[in-house]
Amino acid sequence: MKEDRWNRTISFALIGVASFSSLLPIVLAVMNALKTTVEISTNPLAPPTQLHWENFTSAWRNAALGPSLLHSAEVAGLTILMVCITATPCAYVLARQKGKGWRVLIFYFMASITVPVQLYLYPLYFIFAKLGLVNSIPAVALIYTAMFSPFAIFLLRTYALAIPVALEEAARVDGARPWQVFLYVILPMMRPGLLTVAIIVGLNAWNEFVVAVTFLQNDSNVTAIVRFYNLTGQYSTDWGEMLAAAIMIVLPVVLVFVLLQRRFIDGMTAGAVKS
Amino acid sequence: MWLFALPALLINVCIILIPAVLTFTAAFFMWDGVGTPVWAGLANFHNMFDDPVFWSALTNNFIWTAIFLTVPVCIALLMAAALLMAPEARIVVQSIIFLPRIIAVAVTGRIFQGMIFSPATGVVAWLNEHGFSISDPLADPDRSLYAVAAVDIWHWWGFLAVVFLAAMRQISIDQIEAARLDGAGFFALFRYVLLPGIRPTLTLMLILTVIWSFQVFEFIFIVTRGGPAYGSEVLATLAYRHAFFEGDVGQAAAAACVMSLFGLCATAAYLWLQRGDDARST
Repeated sequence: MKEDRWNRTISFALIGVASFSSLLPIVLAVMNALKTTVEISTNPLAPPTQLHWENFTSAWRNAALGPSLLHSAEVAGLTILMVCITATPCAYVLARQKGKGWRVLIFYFMASITVPVQLYLYPLYFIFAKLGLVNSIPAVALIYTAMFSPFAIFLLRTYALAIPVALEEAARVDGARPWQVFLYVILPMMRPGLLTVAIIVGLNAWNEFVVAVTFLQNDSNVTAIVRFYNLTGQYSTDWGEMLAAAIMIVLPVVLVFVLLQRRFIDGMTAGAVKS
Repeated sequence: MWLFALPALLINVCIILIPAVLTFTAAFFMWDGVGTPVWAGLANFHNMFDDPVFWSALTNNFIWTAIFLTVPVCIALLMAAALLMAPEARIVVQSIIFLPRIIAVAVTGRIFQGMIFSPATGVVAWLNEHGFSISDPLADPDRSLYAVAAVDIWHWWGFLAVVFLAAMRQISIDQIEAARLDGAGFFALFRYVLLPGIRPTLTLMLILTVIWSFQVFEFIFIVTRGGPAYGSEVLATLAYRHAFFEGDVGQAAAAACVMSLFGLCATAAYLWLQRGDDARST
């Protein structure tokens, strides 16, 4: 039992150091968002002596964050909608149908997860440019749908696999058509899975950078992340205002995370843990 | 029944498969993205192999892979084992270390530039005032890659630890208790019970690390843009520069093909390992 106490002492020491290093940059960002530029350069590690909330109001105004946050919400909302509509029926048939063709399809979706965005970004950009789809928010949401739906399909497939087949057969015996079985029997039972998918897909769409920065180039339609990226640089000077903007962009995500932690963590680690 | 899968498949094929095939084709053409592509044979690959920046970018991808196969994995394994021993801290600490993963990369990059690395407003500035002489690592071509890697490690290890912890919790309690009663210390328990217990998850994460390390783009593009003096350039930033800043899509496509090749090798290795596993379990 002496060994046991040792184990726990080492564990708590490790946990303390690790939590501190995870929190340090976040705490520094929050603290300095409330300081003036002079205060920051005097001592970035000191807590603010006076809370300068005006950093937030000026960041909001100068960066025009309002509209860009709205664009982020539009992109995220549209992506969630399209992913749920297309991935759910696909996950359902992939859970039920056996056979070679279906296995190939599963393999195809799995392979498309590991394809680097660089492998399709360039032709896609120039095709979209020809079609006049650059600077279009729905077009970006469509790209995100393709990028994030394989993950959604595999997550929802595990939910579909857990639904007893007997339920569907009962409905079928009563004369329900396949789409009716899906809509009235399967869909209601997939609701918890859909919520997890919506959260993860929404997070990914809100935070996504490469596609957003490539396909959205007008200030009138950029997402908050791109707006933030364009306005700040390595040699920015007004860190207080910049950090305030950063916090306003991250806050919605953190709030959802705090409220729905379990779903976040389970959804994002699903697939990695093999039982 | 095919109709159920059709919408998802159609979107995936149009956005990912067809452009991916086009990229592969474009690697054999001179193309600026707007005009008519001209057949170039292997010229794009010849030019790429003659470019010293390509080789340093490829080397950087290998360095990145080596860093991410070791540093975050070790931190995460230790942390997962520690959290397994301290169940009362688990829920709160799990959320804390997961937090960096959900913060947008663009925001994380800027926070580290300003609050950690900046010689004017960061922790580096504070260290300089307190007797340590450290220059801005992001301005140094020899250190910029490692500085960016540090940012990505901060963002990544907590997620990895949560994954490993979830896997460790599936190891049977009896096994852990038996080892404890035998007087196994932290490291013995770790080495002989926990590590073998999560082997499938560990293998999967290592393979994914290799795949992702050859695709790494966001942190480098945001924090250093591959600079200074191409010091932190990787294949993905090189390709992006060719396509959008130099108008040479053929060259970008060639680099993208090389990137994908490494990912493909890792995937093949994984499938091969899986086959070995299946043979053993049957």
